[in-house]
Amino acid sequence: MTEFLELTEAVKRYVKPGCSVAAEGFTHLIPHAAGAEIIRHGIRHLTLIRMTPDIIFDQMIGMGCADKLVFSWGGNPGVGSLFRLRDAYENGVPHEMDFEEHVHAAMANAFAAGAAGMPCAIFKGYRGTQYPEVNPKIRFIECPFTGEDLTVIPAHRPDVAIIHAQRADRQGNIWMTGILGVQKEAVLAAQRSIVTVEEIVDSVDESSGGTVIPRWAVDVVCEARLGAFPSYAEGYYDRSNFFYQKWGEVSREYDRFREWMEHYLMASDDFAHYLARLKEDGYV
Amino acid sequence: MSDPAYKPEEMMVVAASRLLEPDDVVFIGIGLPSKAANLARKTHAPDLAMIYESGTLDTKPTVLPLSIGDPELSRTAKAVVSVPEMFNYWLQGGWIRTGFLGAAQIDRYANLNSTVIGDYRKPKVRLPGAGGAPEIAGFCHRTLVLLRQNRRTFVETLDFMTTAGMLHGGRSRQDLKVPGHGPQAVITDLGILEPDTESGELVLTHLHPGVSAEAAIEATSWPLKVAENLVRTEVPGEKELEILRALVPSDESNVAELIPSTADLE
Repeated sequence: MTEFLELTEAVKRYVKPGCSVAAEGFTHLIPHAAGAEIIRHGIRHLTLIRMTPDIIFDQMIGMGCADKLVFSWGGNPGVGSLFRLRDAYENGVPHEMDFEEHVHAAMANAFAAGAAGMPCAIFKGYRGTQYPEVNPKIRFIECPFTGEDLTVIPAHRPDVAIIHAQRADRQGNIWMTGILGVQKEAVLAAQRSIVTVEEIVDSVDESSGGTVIPRWAVDVVCEARLGAFPSYAEGYYDRSNFFYQKWGEVSREYDRFREWMEHYLMASDDFAHYLARLKEDGYV
Repeated sequence: MSDPAYKPEEMMVVAASRLLEPDDVVFIGIGLPSKAANLARKTHAPDLAMIYESGTLDTKPTVLPLSIGDPELSRTAKAVVSVPEMFNYWLQGGWIRTGFLGAAQIDRYANLNSTVIGDYRKPKVRLPGAGGAPEIAGFCHRTLVLLRQNRRTFVETLDFMTTAGMLHGGRSRQDLKVPGHGPQAVITDLGILEPDTESGELVLTHLHPGVSAEAAIEATSWPLKVAENLVRTEVPGEKELEILRALVPSDESNVAELIPSTADLE
C-alpha cells in the first residue's frame, strides 16, 4: 500500500543519516522541495546520487548533508559552476567528501541495471578516457560471444529514491510527462521510493499520454505544489532560468550562501513559504 | 573589412553552424554548440534533426534553451525518450551522425578535458565533468568541437583526458574499437583545425577574416601545423548575424505568477 504523508513526515521517517539517496529528474521535475526538507531536518552523512547534482545537491552539499557524491555532470546548466560542489571538491568546505565520478551513459545504465535487478550494468563506455584510473568501479570484461571489450559498473541500488511528478491518484499511481530522465529507473532500483507530486487527483492512466509508475512500486506519495522549483513541471510551470542565474551569485561565497540559506530556507515554515519569500525579495 | 562588424565569438559560431549538413542528425551540447546548431536550423539547414541528451529527439526550439532540458525542447520535440534509451539505443546504437561538443582544454589530437584544471584529486578548478561527451565523441559518426583558441585552452598535455579524440594519433583511435571517426573539425575564434588523415594531428586549415596564421600559432601551446592551402573563412552574413543575435535564452517563466504571496499563506 502506498502511504500518503506530509513531505516533512516522509523525509523524517525514511531518509536516515548515513543512507544513500538518489534524487533524480533530468533538468525537469527535480525534487527540490524534498531536498529542502532534508536540509531543514539536518540529515547528515548521506551518499547523494544524481546524474546532474544541480542546485538541489549544491544546497545539500553546502549545508553539510553529504559525505559522498555520485554524479556525472556537476555544473549549473547554461550558467557555469555549482560553487558549493566546487568548494567541497577543491577546498573541503564545509567538510571533506568522497566523489565517485561517472559519465552520463554509466549513470543511466547503473540505474537501469538496478531497476532490472542486475548486479552490474554492461555497456560500451569510457573508451580512451582517464576515468577508469580514478574510479575503481569502472571495469572491463570480455563478451563471451564476440570477445569484444565491454564496460561494467555496479548497479545503483539506493536506499531511497526521491522523484517529483505531475500527478498521483488516490491509490498512489504516478503520472508524469515531458523529459523523464532516469526517474522510473531510480524508483525501481531503490529499496524505498518517495514521490512528490504537483497534485493528487482521482485517477491517472496512460490514455492521457505520459508515463505511469504503478502504485505497488511507489512507497510514499507527498503533495508538494511547485515542488520542482526552480526546475519545472511541464504543464504546470516553467523553469526559472532567472533563479538558476541568481544562484550563481548567491552560492559563490560560502558565508553568503550560508546566510542566505539560514535566512530563506531554514527560517521558512515550509517550501511554499520559502518560495513566497523568494518571490517577495526578487529571486523569482 | 578593416573594422569587423561582428565579434570573434560570433565568427566562431557562424563558422561552426556552416559545417552542419542540411540533413544532419546532431547531438548538441549546451552553450555555443547549441547556438551554432540553432543558427544552422534557422539558415541553411531547416530540416536539421537536433537531439539534446535530456532525451528530446528532433526538437525545434523557437528560443535558445538555457539548459539541455528546457521545457522549450520537450514541447517542440518529435519524441521524448528516457535517458537510458537516449544513450543506449540512439547514441550507442549509432543513430546519430554528428556530435557537437565544447571543452575547457584540447590537445594536438583533439582529445578534450572538461573535468579538472590541475590534479584530479586536488584541482585548481573543478569543472563540471564529462556528462555525455565521451560517448558522444565515441559513437557519433563525426564530432565537431567548438572552443576559443589560446594557450590555456590549446595545451601540450591535458590535465585530464575526459574525451578521446584521435587519442595518440596514427591508428590509435581505431584500437578503441569505437564506430565514430572522431573529431572532423575544431572551430575556434581564430579559424578551423582539422586532423591530418594520416597522423591524426590537428592542422590549421581555415583562418577567419583579419586573423593571421602567426596569431593562431601564438595561441597554441604546441607547434601548430598549418595547411599549405589555407582557406579564408567567409565573413558572417548580415542574415546570419541577425539570427544569431536574436538567439538568447529566455528569462521568462510563468512560475512567479503561481507562487502565492506570504500574506496569502497566512
